[in-house]
Amino acid sequence: MAIQSTAILEAPPPSANRLRDTLLYFRRNHALIAGCALLLLIVLFVVVGSIVTDPDDARPLAFRPSQPPSAEHWLGTDRLGKDILAVMTEGTPQTIRIGVTAGTIGVLIGTILAFFSGYYGGIFDTITRSAVDILRTVPALLVLIIIAISVPGDMSVLEMSLIVAALAWLGPTRVLRAQVLVIRQQPYVEMARFSGLSGPEIIIREMIPNLMPFIVAVYITSISGAVLASLGLEAIGLGPFEANTLGMTIYWNIWYASLINGWWWWWSPPIAVIVLLFVGLFLISQGLDEWANPRLRKRV
Amino acid sequence: MTLDYLLKRIFQFILIAFLAATINFFFPRMSGQDPIQQKLMLLQSQGVNVSSEEVAGLIETYNAKFGLDQPLWRQYINYLGNMARFDFGVSISNYPTTVATMLKRAIPWTVGLLLTATLISFAIGTIVGALMAWGKAPFWVRTIFPAFFTFSAVPFYLMGIILLYIFAFQWPIFPLFGGYSTQRIPEVSWGFAMDVLRHTILPAFSIVLAQIGFWALGMRSMMVTVQGEDYILQAEAKGLKDSRIFYRYAMRNAILPQITGLALSLGTTISGAILVEIVFSYPGVGSVLLQAVRGFDWFVIQGVVFLVILSVAFTMLVIDLIYPLLDPRIHYRTE
Repeated sequence: MAIQSTAILEAPPPSANRLRDTLLYFRRNHALIAGCALLLLIVLFVVVGSIVTDPDDARPLAFRPSQPPSAEHWLGTDRLGKDILAVMTEGTPQTIRIGVTAGTIGVLIGTILAFFSGYYGGIFDTITRSAVDILRTVPALLVLIIIAISVPGDMSVLEMSLIVAALAWLGPTRVLRAQVLVIRQQPYVEMARFSGLSGPEIIIREMIPNLMPFIVAVYITSISGAVLASLGLEAIGLGPFEANTLGMTIYWNIWYASLINGWWWWWSPPIAVIVLLFVGLFLISQGLDEWANPRLRKRV
Repeated sequence: MTLDYLLKRIFQFILIAFLAATINFFFPRMSGQDPIQQKLMLLQSQGVNVSSEEVAGLIETYNAKFGLDQPLWRQYINYLGNMARFDFGVSISNYPTTVATMLKRAIPWTVGLLLTATLISFAIGTIVGALMAWGKAPFWVRTIFPAFFTFSAVPFYLMGIILLYIFAFQWPIFPLFGGYSTQRIPEVSWGFAMDVLRHTILPAFSIVLAQIGFWALGMRSMMVTVQGEDYILQAEAKGLKDSRIFYRYAMRNAILPQITGLALSLGTTISGAILVEIVFSYPGVGSVLLQAVRGFDWFVIQGVVFLVILSVAFTMLVIDLIYPLLDPRIHYRTE
């Protein structure tokens, strides 16, 4: 479906068993499998954490502070007296939620902008293109800092997602617009136009399905970018202070100089999860890239 | 290069400066927060006795500076004027030090760190990337370096924490924090320079480690393209030495898009460097920013944001303008 035009020429007709084909393709795409496996590892960690710990263990002064890992506290306790495993169990999904919320908003806005400006062109396209060109040269973190300090009172996890989403549409708009410009010239789009389909119909029925693998790849990249931005803001101290997100855990580590104090059990779990998350998302986007761009498929 | 293009680029630069100043002005005001009020509340919550003279002085300077009794558009015009003169006001936490003074002290550290790290990673990454595309590369280059691509997916400051733990805490080869040893006084001398260098190696290395992959990937794909060109075939037909073809024919042509990459990556790199400075307590702009956020020091935060956005935009302008000198094929022409 993604590669209709080439598929007709090169590939044998699609077999009846699409599920089997999909599974076979997954087996060839090692990056995608490795990436999914890493994310699954994080899910497993959170599941185990939620069985072993109680949400109340992640509150300050729940236990004796700064204890190394033991049978009772698998990952030890932090300076504030929280059980670190409980903190991680609560914080990991929160950070992922920030990434997914902001990434989703970014991709939705980006897709709409990209298709409208790319397909219709004109003044709207000029404005979108200039805005993206100018804004992408500005260091995003600094703009987000100004937005974050403008939020009155204590920030919630949802507010954090919305702050990060403020610039999350830039990347998707730029990448998808370039693709729209390319496929707009394709024969099947012209054919659809000749057969009398309206603009929105062509976009929704012809172009979006064809760019779907691309949009999914962009979505993963934009989730990863949103997580990165949220971690940066939180590490500086502009995050939801009441929450236990991964970035806030890093912030408290910096605040209490956990490294110099030798509390390795406090700073290493958030870093491990963040590394797994980023490498996992990176591998998935590489794998999706191969799917979206058949020319990269070497092992077919 | 045409005058048209030059003017367009300069206009774009001014537009970015204007936008940066504008969001600085309107965003915090939209939320209806009063930085002075907030600072006083913070001090009271910490049980600090704020002398009334200090408060009066602060409020007076603040009101005079921003003319808060004047209408909003008037304040806005004043604000733009102040920003254009790099007058960012006074720090609330370090009253009466001006924000400009604090930034002037911090900037050389950040620029030094970024410049060193970027040049090193650019050089290594470009050569490694070129070698990887070149069929005759040593085996270890083609097997070890792809691992660096994975590193580039991880934020560099987290890499910094790990490096700090291994090379400063477990094996104290390098210092744990700061830009120079506490017992030293900043001066221009050999000993002080060596001390600074020792403090810079780890933070710089954490930026380099994360960036090599980025440069290598870009260079590799360009080298693949260049290798298919006719002039490479011709050079081979002439029987030139491999090293000459590699450096003078292939690399020289493939390196140009890397310069554009340098300009475009600047924003991301500087955001990362700010966080690296925070992890290493390096006395640059990042640490000033961290202190300012902790102390609700609004004018300092706004000063840092404005200055960094402006310097990134300025550097890109410079790179864009010297680019045609590097690549004679590029002509900025309006059709």
